[in-house]
Amino acid sequence: MAVIAPNFTITQTHADVTRDVIATLEKPNRGYYLALFGAVGLFIIGLITFGVLLRDGLGHAGYMPPIMWAVYITTFVFWVGIGHAGTLISAILFLFRSPWRTAVYRATEAMTVFAVMTAGLFPIIHIGRQWVFYWLLPYPNQRYLWPNFRSPLMWDVFAISTYLTVSTLFLIFGLIPDVAAVRDKATGWRKFIYSQLSLGWQGTDTQWRHYSRAYLYLAALATPLVLSVHSVVSWDFASSIIPGWHGTIFAPYFVAGAIYSGIGMVLTLLIPLRKALRLEHMITEYHFDNLAKLTLLTGCILFYAYTMEYFVAWYSGNTFEQTTFWMRPFGPDWWAGWAMIICNAFVSQLLWFRKIRTNLTALFVISIFINIGMWFERYVIISQSLTNDYMPWAWEHRMSPTWADWGILAGSFGWFGMYFLLFARTFPIVAIQEIKEMIPLPRRARGGGHH
Amino acid sequence: MKLPVPRRTVVPGVLASFEHIDAATDAIRSLRSSGHRDLTVYTASPNHEVEDAMGHTNSPVRLFTLVGGLTGCAAGFAMTIWMARDWPVLTGGKPIVSIPPFVVIAFELTILIGAFATLFGVAVLSLAKARRKIAYDPRFTDDRIGVFVAARANQAAALERMLREAGAVEVTHAAA
Repeated sequence: MAVIAPNFTITQTHADVTRDVIATLEKPNRGYYLALFGAVGLFIIGLITFGVLLRDGLGHAGYMPPIMWAVYITTFVFWVGIGHAGTLISAILFLFRSPWRTAVYRATEAMTVFAVMTAGLFPIIHIGRQWVFYWLLPYPNQRYLWPNFRSPLMWDVFAISTYLTVSTLFLIFGLIPDVAAVRDKATGWRKFIYSQLSLGWQGTDTQWRHYSRAYLYLAALATPLVLSVHSVVSWDFASSIIPGWHGTIFAPYFVAGAIYSGIGMVLTLLIPLRKALRLEHMITEYHFDNLAKLTLLTGCILFYAYTMEYFVAWYSGNTFEQTTFWMRPFGPDWWAGWAMIICNAFVSQLLWFRKIRTNLTALFVISIFINIGMWFERYVIISQSLTNDYMPWAWEHRMSPTWADWGILAGSFGWFGMYFLLFARTFPIVAIQEIKEMIPLPRRARGGGHH
Repeated sequence: MKLPVPRRTVVPGVLASFEHIDAATDAIRSLRSSGHRDLTVYTASPNHEVEDAMGHTNSPVRLFTLVGGLTGCAAGFAMTIWMARDWPVLTGGKPIVSIPPFVVIAFELTILIGAFATLFGVAVLSLAKARRKIAYDPRFTDDRIGVFVAARANQAAALERMLREAGAVEVTHAAA
């Protein structure tokens, strides 16, 4: 029995951990297929919508001046944000040596990769002529042109593609020893596939020696990366002069919001997943309590950021800034403004109570509120600022999402859910190797030294 | 197409399987002190006690990370400065070579190439040993600790006795 924290002990042995995690890869139940079927269905809706957009152009998607950034950019920022919690848990908490991260980090890291994969689709959909998206990349071409690196949109291209690449490498690298453990228990054609994927991993002392160091450095590289990515996304807004966007607070405000929304999604995914995969003894109340505390912390930072935004709008004496912020809760789209404030700033305050933090039903409901609230945050930031800029003719416009917006939004959830469900079925969703690292190996002698 | 896979030579020796970590590390220590340097230890997760017993120093993989990161940083600045000068477009009255926005690109490439170089380092450092086929047991990724000693056939019986005394629950011989 290994005591990890005052209220967290692991009673399993190494053999139990291997057995329990590999059991999650066995034939799934009907609920799993139902969820997968739903996800694929949503994805097909998105695919059809995208087909129509390809044929006719973005006119279907409610792109009317002055609203040239609409639901697609909202959803892009939403999905990038979701990804951030995964890297926080897998890399930042690794550097902090947080013992509770081990049981949940694989699931959250997979969530990161799939969320960023989803996010990456949106700028491509948004540019209109999707088939020339590669013009964003700096490559030698017959026009002798290079991209403008002073544009925050180019920073975004580099930040998002680096984030996707590095978090994918980090996920795959972490999976290698676990895939080897699955290989050694598997039979038949599955053994062949896992053998190929395990890249010859045997867990020798030389392999571990290089692996552990490399993992540490990857975590150390991913940590500043995750903070930079949402800062860069926020600068897409903040480096313009649109009222409501032009704020120095944007980078930390967006990073906190990203982590907040990401942990919301982690809770939404993990609460049903642990039940479906019978992992209740591995992902325990203790883990959810800690996740909820992180939500509370980032929720409080968001609360502060919202307050600051309104304060600065008032204190700046800038009429345009003040009008934008007045229109958020009292303009024609007041419901979106309040959805953002209530779901993010207020609902998270419920997590001060330990009773709520350890009640999974309550946490699940709160996590849904967080997902909705954070989507509306980006919706409000984009729509309210674009319809309240310096031109009076813009003031009578409102963002009105169309079927094409909802179709792609639904498709993005399907695309994400599909990958996540397939991953949970194919690879160990709990890190076998890292859980084992916390459990001391049996000793022959009593009172052996431990360091 | 045939991939140029190097022929793996089978290493003769003795493979012992342990249940107790202290038994395994004691065995490693006594093997090393009796002159057996060619040891391979299998564990399911990284283990500091094994590392200490084997006398491992820090992995040189960090050099790859450093060189990769510095390369990425230099490449980021070189690329942005060169491209901005190759096709000068004046925007917002800012200088053609404006360093602050280029820092973002250089930063991202530092991370990107640093991460790739780290993994490349692991591959390079591990491949040298992968050429040799060393006896293995699938239970080593589960809960057993494996110790392989490279040895000639005439040493095998003595080594087996020594490993069993040290607490090995299973000993097998690997012939070339």
